[in-house]
Amino acid sequence: MKFTYGWLQQHLDTDATLDTILEGLTRIGLEVEGVENPGEKLAAFRVARVLTAERHPQADKLQVLSVDAGDGPLQVVCGAPNARAGLVGVFGMPGATVPANGMVLKVAAIRGVESNGMMCSTRELELGEDHDGIIELPDDAPVGTPFPAYAGLDDPVIDVSVTPNRQDCMGVRGIARDLAAAGYGTLKPLAVPVVAGEGDGPDVRVEDADGCPAFYAQAVRGLTNGESPDWMRKRLNAIGQKPISTLVDITNYVMFDLGRPLHVYDMAKLTGGLVARKAVAGESVVALNGKSYTLGGGETVIADDAGVHDIGGIMGGEHSGVSETTTDVLIECAYFTPEAIARTGQKLALTSDARTRFERGVDPAFLDQGLAIATDYVLQLCGGTASGVTRAGSPPVEPRIVTHQPARVATLGGLDVAEDRQRDILERLGFTVGDGWQVTVPSWRRDIDGTADLVEEVIRIEGLDKVPSTPLDRPAGVAVPTATAEQKLERRIRRAAAARGLAEAITWSFIAEEEAAPFGGGAWEVVNPIANDMRIMRPSLLPGLLSAAARNLKRGASSVKLFEIGRRYLADAERMTLGMVFAGERSPRGWRASKAQGFDAFDAKGELLALLEAAGAPVGNLQVMEAPGDVYHPGQSATLRLGPKTVLASFGVLHPTIAKAFDLPAGTVAAELYLDALPAKRGGGAMRGAYAPPALQAVTRDFAFVVADDVAGDQLVRAVRGADKAAIVDARLFDVFAGPGVEPGHKSLAIEVTLQPGAKSFTDAELKAISDKIVAAATKIGGSLRA
Amino acid sequence: MTPDLDQLRADLLAAIDASAGVDALEAVRVHALGKQGAITGLLKTLGALSPEERQTVAPGIHALREAVTNAIGARKADLEAKALAAKLASERVDLTLPVDRPAPGGVHPVSQVMDELAEIFADLGFAVATGPEIEDDWHNFTALNIPETHPARAMHDTFYAQRRSPQGEETASAAGAAQAASDDGGSATGAPERYVLRTHTSPVQIRTMMAQKPPIRIIAPGRVYRSDSDATHTPMFHQIEGLVIDRGIHMGHLKWTLETFLKAYFERDDIVLRLRPSYFPFTEPSAEVDIGYTLEKGRRVVGGDPAKGNGGWMEVLGSGMVHPKVIAACGLDPNEWQGFAFGTGVDRLAMLKYGMDDLRPFFDGDLRWLKHYGFSALDVPTLSGGVTA
Repeated sequence: MKFTYGWLQQHLDTDATLDTILEGLTRIGLEVEGVENPGEKLAAFRVARVLTAERHPQADKLQVLSVDAGDGPLQVVCGAPNARAGLVGVFGMPGATVPANGMVLKVAAIRGVESNGMMCSTRELELGEDHDGIIELPDDAPVGTPFPAYAGLDDPVIDVSVTPNRQDCMGVRGIARDLAAAGYGTLKPLAVPVVAGEGDGPDVRVEDADGCPAFYAQAVRGLTNGESPDWMRKRLNAIGQKPISTLVDITNYVMFDLGRPLHVYDMAKLTGGLVARKAVAGESVVALNGKSYTLGGGETVIADDAGVHDIGGIMGGEHSGVSETTTDVLIECAYFTPEAIARTGQKLALTSDARTRFERGVDPAFLDQGLAIATDYVLQLCGGTASGVTRAGSPPVEPRIVTHQPARVATLGGLDVAEDRQRDILERLGFTVGDGWQVTVPSWRRDIDGTADLVEEVIRIEGLDKVPSTPLDRPAGVAVPTATAEQKLERRIRRAAAARGLAEAITWSFIAEEEAAPFGGGAWEVVNPIANDMRIMRPSLLPGLLSAAARNLKRGASSVKLFEIGRRYLADAERMTLGMVFAGERSPRGWRASKAQGFDAFDAKGELLALLEAAGAPVGNLQVMEAPGDVYHPGQSATLRLGPKTVLASFGVLHPTIAKAFDLPAGTVAAELYLDALPAKRGGGAMRGAYAPPALQAVTRDFAFVVADDVAGDQLVRAVRGADKAAIVDARLFDVFAGPGVEPGHKSLAIEVTLQPGAKSFTDAELKAISDKIVAAATKIGGSLRA
Repeated sequence: MTPDLDQLRADLLAAIDASAGVDALEAVRVHALGKQGAITGLLKTLGALSPEERQTVAPGIHALREAVTNAIGARKADLEAKALAAKLASERVDLTLPVDRPAPGGVHPVSQVMDELAEIFADLGFAVATGPEIEDDWHNFTALNIPETHPARAMHDTFYAQRRSPQGEETASAAGAAQAASDDGGSATGAPERYVLRTHTSPVQIRTMMAQKPPIRIIAPGRVYRSDSDATHTPMFHQIEGLVIDRGIHMGHLKWTLETFLKAYFERDDIVLRLRPSYFPFTEPSAEVDIGYTLEKGRRVVGGDPAKGNGGWMEVLGSGMVHPKVIAACGLDPNEWQGFAFGTGVDRLAMLKYGMDDLRPFFDGDLRWLKHYGFSALDVPTLSGGVTA
């Protein structure tokens, strides 16, 4: 909401400086977003008269002027075609900066003739587009006056952010009222003219009392619509409103001055009376913005016998809008129901200054005054004769009464304010304080409906800065963890991954449809995405990470190890997941290993096991199973499961088609760890079981078994480990061999078994027995001891 | 005899000294002390002598044997040391050659800041709460006193979400989908629920108040979404919400909590806050909070009082006393329970503290940026070490 300091002073009697007012506005909740003095950049320009104009001796298109800018004649070279003796215009003194191009004027010779400044065009001063010639002011413009003062451009423009609850401050008067309440001056009385109307009011009626409870109207006939007066145009210009014609400017001015939207119809374009009714589906209207709107039915509209003329309370129609030839007008001053306005506005995606005000709730008790003020402006500025006033329907003016509890200002607001002072503040804001703190809410404050609101009014005006800081009590007793087990797990995993050399990325939650497709397509989509490639809520963390990896490789990174911890958005839940991607080189070429090494699926497996171990998962019990999905290389990918159903992680080399789709080299490796699938850590407190390291040294024995190619290494290791659970504490596969000496279609797997004796060392017979059990277990799964 | 021994000793010691290697030395040893050796031969002669003669001759021979044995031992140690030194000298490597240094990895600044905040608020007794990001309209708006027709809705630039058609859906089990569908009826109106990407973390207030009894002290960090994009706005960003519900909580407590938290976060005692009356549908009274900054070398540095010049105010927080209607919507009695809530941008807090000036790279995954602004895994924020890593 923009207004000027001078405009504010029309309502507020104050001797406060501009700075004090600005500080006060922010202090009471009308945040100042900016203040601009349009005259500042024009301070060095003056009103000046051209005394004489002669042809330039060296140039046909130039003239040599003698200009009086208040200090006697100055010689000025000028190229404007309209420069002539007697013209009064705007003169830039040497030293002035031309706003449009930043040029600093100085005394200079132009084609051999000295020039002491410049007569300016409208465009040069950024006052408009005209550049056909220099500005021509009226003959009586006072020569020597600084131009901003003459043009009324020395009035600072203040821009405040008005919160949606404060429609009363969507007009200058409301802002003045708030400032007055806070002690920044006195609110001047509002002069409401008495308009003597002749005859009946215009034919208007209300059929849709829900959407438009009140429709007041008055006609003015025999008027002339021209250009609005200078003072009005200046104010509208100052706040960024383009003056259009007197009638339109009056409606805008009253709206910004008093927060009261109005509409003016050209009666010559109307057929019969006007009615506020619900739209019928399919009706359409061309609004004043030139766009055609087809109504879905039910919107409140203003229509005549021929059709819809106005999207009620939002925007008028082009057909019945006023023009230069308008002579008879109908002035509408109506009350539209905020909820109905909001629904229609949202549906049509149509915003306007009127909608902004109506949907926040204009003062329902200000219809008569608003109409009288508008009609009076019309009569004074356009002439004509006013009719009587028609009042169709009635606005919701029943006063709201809220019980105030003065003690709540301290117990909720945290500030002790004496009861007398509270009463004073509320009354200054327009509330009426009755017996027992029964507070009547002023008609313009639709936002107040409870004690908490009144508490806010009191501390807002008294000053939030006065509220003393009050420490919260510390909870008694032992400090308890404030993070849940899931949160601790997430933090732990994050730092474990970072410690292992992966960089944490955060990627968008939404991805492109084609990126989501290989990962199941996604269960959720954004209806109104900001871009089409940000439409699907990701079903996997991998697409985002793969794209990030590809970007990094394109930027020249040789090795990319990224991870992210975030949610996958599935049909039934949002699941916390860790995603990883390994692209490029695991290790660069170097003098030790010579060739660069790429990543393989075992890198992902290694990271996953390390992270699972950090998470406290039973890593020894995990099973490696195939088929993690189509996005991976079918022969180089797997899942890690706890039991056959609980998938903790999937990993592998990406399927070449997926790698290609993401612009990544073949051999890129990825993995996902499903944090919410991890078994919860068992409780049991800080105390651990008793433990003493075994007294006797463990012994190791090596075995090599020949098995068929399709027997998984892990299967053999498990079989061996399970052969004697008391003695065998570890079995580690350390060699895989196929070739000479091993039957084709088979491979030799070498396993180091660690045996832990208990109280006594193993005897040879015991070792033989264990060895036999191991061989038997391997034989059971088709293995034979290698000769 | 005596002159012979002296000559022999001189000859042998000279030969030991002259032996250039272990093998030559061994030859000298055999020549002197071997079975056929000179000294061994002399010792053998002692048996034939009378005891008197033996007493005269033997000490000389024994002394000779000992001297030669010692000389050989010393020479051997000397030769071995030289040989080892020569071997080691030949094994010299160029240790200026580079070693592989795996990339260090790191924690994203947003995660780091969230950990910092959790640590600060843990000390004040605030637990960490979470909620869904695909949120229903009721929790995101209606329960927060933002009805359908409220003008504040337009200010939120809301993303709307919907379930995809089942044919595009392969991951969810039929049972899961059916379960989720039955949850859709959870709105107060009973109408089919509309979903949004939560526009703020405030719905976690609602979920917390509905799930647990007061007193409540929580923070709720997480991703939020708004349809907006420029240098300081991205369609996805992070917020942190704070909520205290108890008896007798007022704006003074809010002010103290914000001051305490911001001082701890920025680790500066000269943090100055300015509370401005404002409006949020879910708080009453409401306040926006500005933090004072000082200009240092053209950069805005948080801290210092703008009233003393060379600085200004930056908006960092929205806050207020939880609206009685919100408390009631969660099934609590607003006459008994009251409290405050606040919300701020985590990314913005990170930018203010660590000096990023553009939000967009936060979500790009550029390793160069992550290396520059990321944190070591070992930089766990702690109160004892100062939350700043």
